[in-house]
This record gives sequence, structure tokens and C-alpha cells, in this order.
Amino acid sequence: MLEARQLECTRGERVLFRDLSFWLGRGQLLRVAGANGSGKTSLLRIMCGLLAPSAGELRWQGRPIRTEREEYCRNLVFIGHLNALKDDLTALENLQVAAALGGKPSDAQRMLSGLDRFGVAHCAALPAKVLSQGQRRRVALAKLALAPAVPLWILDEPFSALDVGAVVELEHLLAAHLASGGMVVLTTHQEVQVVAHAVLRVDLDMHAAALLAA
Amino acid sequence: MIRAFGWVLRRDLMLAFRRRGDVVNALVFFVIVVSLFPLGVGPEASQLRNMAPGVLWVAALLACMLSLARLFAPDHQDGTLEQMLLAGEPLVVLVLGKVAAHWLVSGLPLVLMAPLLGLQFDLPGDALGVLCVSLLIGTPILSLIGAVAAALTLGVRGSGVLVSLLVLPLYVPVLVFGAGSVGATASGTGAEAHLLLLGGFLTLSLVLAPWASAAALRIAME
Amino acid sequence: MTKSERFSWFVFSSPQTFYPLAGKLQPWFAAAAALLCAVGLYISFFVAPTDAQQGESYRIIFIHVPAAWMSMFLYLVMGFWSGVGLVLNTRLSSMVATALAPTGALFTFIALWTGALWGKPTWGTWWVWDARLTSELILLFLYIGFMALQAAIDDPRRADKAGAVLALVGVVNIPIIYFSVQWWSTLHQGASVSMKSAPTMAATMLLGMLIMALGFWMYSIAAVLARVRSIILERERHTDWVAEEVGARA
Repeated sequence: MLEARQLECTRGERVLFRDLSFWLGRGQLLRVAGANGSGKTSLLRIMCGLLAPSAGELRWQGRPIRTEREEYCRNLVFIGHLNALKDDLTALENLQVAAALGGKPSDAQRMLSGLDRFGVAHCAALPAKVLSQGQRRRVALAKLALAPAVPLWILDEPFSALDVGAVVELEHLLAAHLASGGMVVLTTHQEVQVVAHAVLRVDLDMHAAALLAA
Repeated sequence: MIRAFGWVLRRDLMLAFRRRGDVVNALVFFVIVVSLFPLGVGPEASQLRNMAPGVLWVAALLACMLSLARLFAPDHQDGTLEQMLLAGEPLVVLVLGKVAAHWLVSGLPLVLMAPLLGLQFDLPGDALGVLCVSLLIGTPILSLIGAVAAALTLGVRGSGVLVSLLVLPLYVPVLVFGAGSVGATASGTGAEAHLLLLGGFLTLSLVLAPWASAAALRIAME
Repeated sequence: MTKSERFSWFVFSSPQTFYPLAGKLQPWFAAAAALLCAVGLYISFFVAPTDAQQGESYRIIFIHVPAAWMSMFLYLVMGFWSGVGLVLNTRLSSMVATALAPTGALFTFIALWTGALWGKPTWGTWWVWDARLTSELILLFLYIGFMALQAAIDDPRRADKAGAVLALVGVVNIPIIYFSVQWWSTLHQGASVSMKSAPTMAATMLLGMLIMALGFWMYSIAAVLARVRSIILERERHTDWVAEEVGARA
């Protein structure tokens, strides 16, 4: 469903990776690995359509994402390093805005159930600026609980700043998503057990090394 | 699309309401700048009356320009701007929502405050009315054009001054016709032509500026 | 002719192939510029008749007006090449646009300065807020804004594209700005102290201005070609061909 053809990424003068191709189907998880600075975040941003690759293309269901950006964006959820929470809005309001912009229903009940999934329902009426790092990460991830129908989840270091309980909860969520035919792309430094039908791995360090050797 | 516009507008208004200090600061800046001119040129009434349209308009322009720093930069820093680019709604609609909120918070208060300041300059009643109308039509144009400059300089070092440098030449037509309309009323020649032209600029900016801002945002976020 | 034999202009859209071409063409344009400007100045100072009202000081118009024309023309060209770079995603077009800006700003500055030099003996003031001078001043700000924006952005491709958006916004705004300054000028100046109150054009005067304009145009091309070459070297410095080029010269 998501196909990458010979992607190349150049930032400034450095070529981060070249001739990268892969194919991600339903129920599959793609893990992007590599050292800091190897281009993991850039690859994820290319997959979101935020960054244009310097060569190659990305296709969603056979069609290039460049030409159908809005349609593609409706089919993905991206959670990056930044939590995308407004400090002055409450956790509940933050989720409502995110849901409404994603074209989904934004009623309070639904938002609360999402927050509850990650154990931060009690933070619903608190402005994001008074929450701890871990709590904010969990509010940010609550978006995933509210978007089961969105096929592609792209997550940049989702497990960072989470305690053990939240890590387990996120793993369950990811597993359920994959089991229902969704796709996940993630980067993580932590070794977590995510059960999947198939796990793809793109290792950007080895990729660069392989290209240099070729 | 309307729903997305409404939510972005509502979100930005909520945020502005919870940070009322920022909003009030811009208004106070407007008042202070206007008050500086008589101190600079002397209190002679007829001179002030002649200067008034230009002074009020330049001050409004500067106040609007200063508030551009709050338009996209905070969203850029906490990651919400990125989410807007990924929203699956046309970015142009979301930008329009933000600009509308920006105008309501930064432009409209100037429109309401201007008559009071105009009285300080002894502007006659009909001129005050035209001043209000010209600012009402003109300040949205300032927000729209300013959005393009704010988007272009997102995350760039020295962006505060750079925005001013980019945006002030583009503000010249609005200034000429805005201040000109009040001057025309005061001198008796009638302000219709000026206001109609301002209206034309507003329409043109409504069509072109959100599109240019959206393009600039995508470039800035790459 | 087979496809591979057919000559395509697109081969020159790569910095690597454009670099030597620019190097070969540049001296020719520089020579043409020198020649045309020499002829133009000769006509301005020796051939064109003395004006009845303004005497000899009006001769500065032979530099002022062509410089103003060039400043306007170069902005449009800059907007065009930026636009091409933005839409077609070509690096070289954007480099040309970046190279055009300082030359355009230079001509704007010359137009302003010569305007002042004209104003002083003619009307006694160093600056006149007339429509053309004021528009040139705003045009100078637009050029400076473009250069400042590109200088402030570190990533060259982002600088190219952001500059393009700004330049295109400028191109749309320039007619509007000129129109509003024109309006403002006629409203506020009764007995007009205007650069437009130039002596009525004798044929030799027009010829002189046209030749100077052509000379300035040749100069602009020469200057832009030289500047693009150094921009290419700087932007492509990590490639092999630049390393060879710089190594060969050292």
C-alpha cells in the first residue's frame, strides 16, 4: 500500500541516503533504524509528505503522494518529537482541535476515552503547561487511540518519556492496529516487543555503508 | 473545510484570550507611538490635524507588524504547525483561519481605538468616521500580507526585523490610500475612490495572500 | 536525426555545463557594455543639445532614466527566473535570480543618486518626493528585502524557494505600488516639482538614453554571468568537477 521507489535525501550538501526502496503492506510494521543524524527523521518526514525527496518517489495505493497530498494526509497520523500541544489549552481542548482538523468527531466523551486509554483522563481539564513531560507525551499519543480507522501511523520515537505502564499500553495499541490491517512506521532506540505479521527493517547506517561499498 | 476554518479560528481566539497581555501590549504600543508625534513636532493644532491621518495609519501599521511574530512562530515551535500541514484539509483554509483570528485580535482593537486617538489630534467627526472605515478595510490587508512575510521568515534568525523589512514596502499602497482617504475627507474632496481601491486591494489579498502564505509555510517546513 | 543527436537547450540548465558557457560569453558582454556606454556617454555629453531651461545639468538624465529602466526590468527578470526555479525545481534558475539581485539594487541606487544630483542644481534640494524617485526608493527596499531573506536562510534550497515567493509577491505588488505612489504624488504636489518635467525629448536625447540603456543591459548580463559563476562554485563545491576546477586554477 505504501511504496517507496529509490528515495534519495540530501540535506544541505550531505546525501543522507540514496536509492532506498521498500514496500509496506497491511498489517506490517516498518522500523527505521540508524544512528543519530543518519536521516531517520528526514525519512519519516518524506513519508509524511512534509519534505520532498531529492530523487525518487513515494506512492500510496499506487498513486504518487505528491499529486494527492490531501487525500494521503487523511490516511495518516504523524506523531513526531514535538508533542504538538498548545500550552494554554487543556488536554481535552488540544485533542478536540486535533480531531476536528483531522476531520473526525470532536465530542468530549470520545476525547476522554482516548485520554483514559493512556491513563491521563484526570488531566483532561488541565492546561498542557502544568503537565509533566510524560503526561504530555501520553496526551499526544492519545490521538492514536482516537484514530483506529486511519490506516497509516508514522511515529518518531513514540516510546520516549514513557513509563513502563504507558509503554505496554502503546504496544497493545500498535498490535491492535496492525491486527486490524493498519500499518505502522516508527523509529525507536528502545527494544520493544511489538507483535506483527511481518516486521520490515530499514537500517540507514547499513544502507549508507552498503551504497558506499557498491 | 468550513469546520476546519472554524476550529482554527476558535483555537487561536481561545489562545489569545488566555494570553490577554500580548493583545493589550499591541494596543498600548499603538497609543504610545501616536502620542510620541505631538511630542516630537509640537502641539500646534492645525499641524497635528494635517498629520493625523498619516500618523495614525503608520502607528497602526507598525502595531500590526509587531504582532506578526505571534502568528506562526509559536505554532512552529510546539509542533502544531506541522500538524496543520498534515491535516488533510487545504492549508489555504487553515491559514485563512489563523489570519482571521490575528486580525480580530490585533487589527480590530486598533480600529476601535483609533477614533479616540483621532480626537486627540482634533480630527473632525466625518474624518474620524472615514478613519475607522479605512482601518476596518485596511487592517485585514495588513494581516494578510503580513502572513506571507511571517511564513517566509519562520524559524530564521533575526526574523523580527527581517519581517519588517519585507513587509513595509508592501504596505505602502495600503498606507497611501488609507491615510489618503482621511486626508481627502478632511480637505473636502471625498474618500470614495480611496475606499473603493482599498476594497479592491482587500479582495486581491484575500485571494492571493493565503495561497502565497501556504506555499511559504510548506517551504519553511521542509 | 535521432533523439540523441538533437541539440537541446536543457543541457545548459545544469550548473556544470553552464559554468564554462558563462565564462566564454562574459567577456563579450563586458566589451559590448563598455562600447555602448562609451558611445552613449559621448552622445550625452557632446552631441545632445544644451537645454534652454536646465542648461548642462540635465545631462544626468542620460544615466538616471536608463538606470531606472534597468532597475525595474531586472526585478521582473529576477522574478521570472525565481519563478522558473520554484516551479521546475531547477537550481540554476534560482542561482541566476540570486545573482541578479545585487545588480538590480545597484541600478536602483544609481537611479536614486543621480536623481539627487539632478535635483540639487535644478530645484535646490537633494531629495524630491516625486513619484519616480519614491517608487525607486521602495524598489530598493524590495531588492534589499530579497537579498536579506536569502542571506538569513542557511539552507540554500529553502533560500531559493523563499526568495522566489517573495520576488513573485513583489512582482505582483510593483504595479500596485507604482500606481499608489503616482496617485499620492499627484494628490499632494500642486505645482509639480517632478522628474517628469524633463526637457521635451529631442531625437538625439532619446537615442542617447536608449544606447545607455542597452549598455547597462550588456553590463548587467556580464555582471550576472560573472556572479553566477562564483555562486555555482560555492554551491557545488562538494562535487568533483568543482574540485578539479578549483584545483586546476590553484
